[in-house]
Amino acid sequence: MANNNSTERNCNQCDCDVANRVLMTGNEAVARGVYEAGVHFAAAYPGTPSTEIMENVATYADVHAQWSPNEKVALEFAIGCAVAGARAFASMKHVGLNVAADPLMTVSYSGATAGLVVVTADEPGMHSSQNEQDNRNYARMAKIPMLEPSNSQECKDYVKYAYEIFDQFGAPVLIRMTTRVCHSKSIVQLGTREQVPLATYVKNVQKFVTVPANARKLRVALEDRMDALKNYSNTTQLNRIEDNGARVGVIASGMCYNYAKELFGDTVNYLKVGFSYPLPSKLIGQFCQYLDKVYVIEENDEFIEEAVRVIGYSNVCYGKYQPSGERYLPPYGEMTVDVLRKVIYNVQLAQDMDIDSSLIVARPPTLCAGCPHRGFFYTVGKRPNTVIAGDIGCYTLGFTPPYNATDFNNCMGASVSAGAGMQQVFDKIGKGKRVVSVIGDSTFFHSGMTSLLEVVYNKSNNIVVILDNRITGMTGHQENPGTGYTLQGQSTKIADIESIVRALGVDNVRTVNPNDLAQVNNALDWAYAIKDQPTVIITKYPCALKRLTQLDKNQFSGAFTTKCHVNTEKCVGCKLCLKSGCPAISVVNKKARIDALSCVGCTVCKQICRIDAIE
Amino acid sequence: MTKNILLVGVGGQGTILASKLLTLGLMQSGVDVKMSEIHGMSQRGGSVVSHIRYSDDKVYSSVVEKGSADILVAFEKMEALRYLDYLRKGAKVVVNDYEIPSMPIYSGLVEYPKGIIECLQRNADVVVIKANDEASTLGNAKAMNMVMLGTIIKLMNLEHIDWDSIIEQNVKPAYVQLNKQALARGMQLAE
Repeated sequence: MANNNSTERNCNQCDCDVANRVLMTGNEAVARGVYEAGVHFAAAYPGTPSTEIMENVATYADVHAQWSPNEKVALEFAIGCAVAGARAFASMKHVGLNVAADPLMTVSYSGATAGLVVVTADEPGMHSSQNEQDNRNYARMAKIPMLEPSNSQECKDYVKYAYEIFDQFGAPVLIRMTTRVCHSKSIVQLGTREQVPLATYVKNVQKFVTVPANARKLRVALEDRMDALKNYSNTTQLNRIEDNGARVGVIASGMCYNYAKELFGDTVNYLKVGFSYPLPSKLIGQFCQYLDKVYVIEENDEFIEEAVRVIGYSNVCYGKYQPSGERYLPPYGEMTVDVLRKVIYNVQLAQDMDIDSSLIVARPPTLCAGCPHRGFFYTVGKRPNTVIAGDIGCYTLGFTPPYNATDFNNCMGASVSAGAGMQQVFDKIGKGKRVVSVIGDSTFFHSGMTSLLEVVYNKSNNIVVILDNRITGMTGHQENPGTGYTLQGQSTKIADIESIVRALGVDNVRTVNPNDLAQVNNALDWAYAIKDQPTVIITKYPCALKRLTQLDKNQFSGAFTTKCHVNTEKCVGCKLCLKSGCPAISVVNKKARIDALSCVGCTVCKQICRIDAIE
Repeated sequence: MTKNILLVGVGGQGTILASKLLTLGLMQSGVDVKMSEIHGMSQRGGSVVSHIRYSDDKVYSSVVEKGSADILVAFEKMEALRYLDYLRKGAKVVVNDYEIPSMPIYSGLVEYPKGIIECLQRNADVVVIKANDEASTLGNAKAMNMVMLGTIIKLMNLEHIDWDSIIEQNVKPAYVQLNKQALARGMQLAE
């Protein structure tokens, strides 16, 4: 078990079993819930803030846990497990559910033989994401029940409830978390694992083959299921009223319930919504009917608020917008206590401070010392008449100074396919502008392969660069099909990127060491010279933070074993080495200095220095 | 009464371990406790913040409200200033007198700002600790986070908790002795 920090003292709060009380993040608690619910199979693709869910599921030997190449594959694997008779689970970040939306919409119709639960981790405030979509809308679109836990205990409990809901209604269940629920720690009471035998698979084409004739019947049954779920929503303990005898009420879900409790305490009534699709319409009506004012507090869309207005309590409802069209609570960002207090009471606790803002220099994320992406971006950023289509990973930072390289990004794989579209337009304009599409190894496996097929099939000629750093980097070092290991540590077949690229029909392929600037430059010269065919350059060198496997040590012998230092007698303080953007280099007293603790000897700065002052 | 602690620093400084130990100690003392940290990209060197809230009653939000921190503990000087608006009026700032440049400074655009401690002092009750030097004297600058944790324990009156056993249970055996010493040193410095 991952986090066995149990206490042996008395609990001040209640009579709970103190020996089994532990502190867990929401993600760790979901994983614990998966274990306790007797789940047999679980799959995910890493994505902040959901990543640690599957990392923690993997620590329970009774559960098969895996990284899949992408979220669609992860969900489809889980669906297969559930159809075949095992309780199954899949987790992903909010944009990951876009990738997995296709199977989600139809598994709602077919259901499964054994329980199927999916977690989506949304990102109000966009701490590490490209958009702020509200995935509660997916539950509505797929017509599946949805739960929203508000703390770690609920994260664990709701996973178990979700499997009970599946058993009762035959519906896959979506659990919506948010960053603060995922990454906050609170106290959890541990339980034991329910022993759930594998169910017997029975062939049932009316249920599992969703041809139109079958799907139409399933569609009708879906509405009956929705009716039953609406009743359940009104009666389940997951939706509960706290009556404090007030004339003002709050309806809130997820972390927003906690923010509201902090702000209002016992001065208002609460309707805490834990089962948020289908919404408990009758309960909402019962809650609102004697109130003068109802605040609806939720993150991202006005999902609950709309229902309150439709049910007929628009006149007392205060949410993200007013019927007049004016805004009230912000429609974006987190609904933290600061935000609520400012809007509702027009009060800020923060004091006015006498601070000279020039004393606070930004601290943006940067490529680490020794990052193998550095040599590539340093080189490509200097190419004239070039547009760089980036992708999702650490290398998204290629747009930042001093590289100022990347022009565009959207979602996983788009560097290659959107790059193909861009290149075709520039070709039509005819001024020789070249598109360089930049994608990482894990992202290439996720969605880049079909995009590269597009490049080949439709005769585009954008230059595709696959930055293969031998790991899924940005989410904190997860295995992927190229690394040779599975999540639970088994060695497995290595997907060879160069072979895949050739099999997709690219004839012009080169693999280079990105820390060798001359090699990178030569490869780019070679690719720019090929104007009528696709080219692929693979830069292959491990992430500087990766714990190297024996395979890596054999393949990249001597990696990260040396250090660079500045010969201060030679250094003239020209600051050219700072153009590498390496956080190990600074200029002190007009001489470059390399921090020996962080330098890993990639030698990119040494190659940039024109007077050989770096050794 | 809920107490609010904000720990800020730079990725790699050990703020997360310090807040983990602090949170575990609080839980073992029987209070309700919540902790929130934002960690996204795995790169080194970003700004890191941990929110810790505890109370004899129930704690709901895991996020410290701006203007309500009972103590702001900065493992790096500039970070103290960045999060100063979280501080409650009259509350203390503990700042490690240590500079870690950020990218605009590395790349030569600006210099590391001067006068940060003076600016902090104009706005709050400031305790300045040279935690890296203190930890170096004890044998390893990395134990700086335990020196800082020691100051929090002292200033928040949490000495009654058995911190030595928390360290023993959660730190690699080779570092237990050093971390205990660093914690004790931090408590001394806060006096």
